[in-house]
Amino acid sequence: MSAAQITLDAVSLQLGAQQALKGVSLRIAAGERVALVGANGSGKSSLLRTLHGLVPPTQGQVIQTPGVRQAMLFQRPHMLRLSALNNVALGVWLDRSRALNWRASKALALQALQRVGLQSVAQQNGRQLSGGQQQRLALARAWARQPDVLLLDEPTASLDPHAKREVEALMAEFASGPVPDKPLTLVWASHNLGQVKRLATRVIYLEFGRVLADLPVADFFNTDLLVAHSPAAHAFVQGELS
Amino acid sequence: MNTFSDSVQAALNLVTSFDPALWVVVTRSLAVSATACLLAYGVGVALGAWLAVSRFRGRGVVLVGLNTLLALPSVVVGLVVYLLLSRTGPLGFLGWMFSFQAMVLAQFILVVPVVTALTRQVVEDVERQHGEQWASLGAGPWLRSLLLAWDERLALLTIAVTAFGRAISEVGAVMIVGGNIDGFTRVMTTAIALETSKGDLPLALGLGMVLLAVVLLLNALVAGLRRWGEVRHGRPAAADGLVGAQP
Repeated sequence: MSAAQITLDAVSLQLGAQQALKGVSLRIAAGERVALVGANGSGKSSLLRTLHGLVPPTQGQVIQTPGVRQAMLFQRPHMLRLSALNNVALGVWLDRSRALNWRASKALALQALQRVGLQSVAQQNGRQLSGGQQQRLALARAWARQPDVLLLDEPTASLDPHAKREVEALMAEFASGPVPDKPLTLVWASHNLGQVKRLATRVIYLEFGRVLADLPVADFFNTDLLVAHSPAAHAFVQGELS
Repeated sequence: MNTFSDSVQAALNLVTSFDPALWVVVTRSLAVSATACLLAYGVGVALGAWLAVSRFRGRGVVLVGLNTLLALPSVVVGLVVYLLLSRTGPLGFLGWMFSFQAMVLAQFILVVPVVTALTRQVVEDVERQHGEQWASLGAGPWLRSLLLAWDERLALLTIAVTAFGRAISEVGAVMIVGGNIDGFTRVMTTAIALETSKGDLPLALGLGMVLLAVVLLLNALVAGLRRWGEVRHGRPAAADGLVGAQP
């Protein structure tokens, strides 16, 4: 197995009165496509936010290999009242590790828009694009930052089926990475088990902030193996598929 | 005919004939309130946006204090500014008592909490919903507050009009620190109070009409700008629930 890009060592997270994560230990290697599944409130979003460093763990530690670059996509991306191009360029310009000037940021942003097929709306107000286009714009904004790890919090949850397919196709394309020998690591939360089956190489099932199953995708969707490994995860999958 | 209808008729004549006595007072009122609001807007928006995204010990106390200042009685502000600017006060050396500057200072103090509190509310609502995304992109609290405040500029425009409404309609503070001196510090509200007590109802009513018209015009202008902005930029996320200017 290749070296871990991110390691979580007995991470717990307390958010107000709620314990969002309880003793989570994980190692995520370069190029893995990890799907986080579980019911609402199971800790998927909290785990992503902890991985991304948006919330520090209450206990335990998150260790990231130096130089690994992350980007995160949210369920409802926020665009400023700027053109689509400028929204992406701003995302690049804000990346302090590269410190690009505005002109260079815009050039990268234009490439990213082409990559997600939005170059035709580059000058349109980002706020006025459709939900699917805004999610693709957010993907462009993340892509333009040239991350090694892309974290996505239910990226297709609020989209119509057509937009879902477009975003999923981009995720699959991005997972192959900017260059073949440097695949992108994807970690995303999803309720869509079909999508998980299509895209993931590994599935982590969470319940009440605990990891109850962490299996290769083929094992996760093998009923006998899953029942033996985690009856709770099996019950969840059956519930979602029924 | 009765006193009210006679007075309204006379007031309309004063307004439409561009009576110099009336328009000098109107111009001075607008100048005082516009200057105070411009200064307060600059300070209030920056402070409000910063408060929206920053977290520090005692922030809750600061917010309670700020919200309390929204109901600050203008006569209390007048009294405080009077004490500050009086010959023996800490700012007495400025020599601003009973001057244009004194009235601007009083209205500035009245309006800063309004702009700060409303800006804080608008920006904090957006920060709560989307701040994490901008933090994820690398925007620190200061930059985030500026970006989000700028993005909510249509809502902030409404705040500007609310602030102007508060400033131009107050009477207690400018009466105390301006002194209502004819031709020097007399503004619309102090003139209305004075002319009413003298029994010159047409002039008082005429000034009242102009005051209402100014606020109406501003509200119409902001409504138009917001509609234009919504068409051009999309609906503001946090503009609902704000009040416009109130005379």
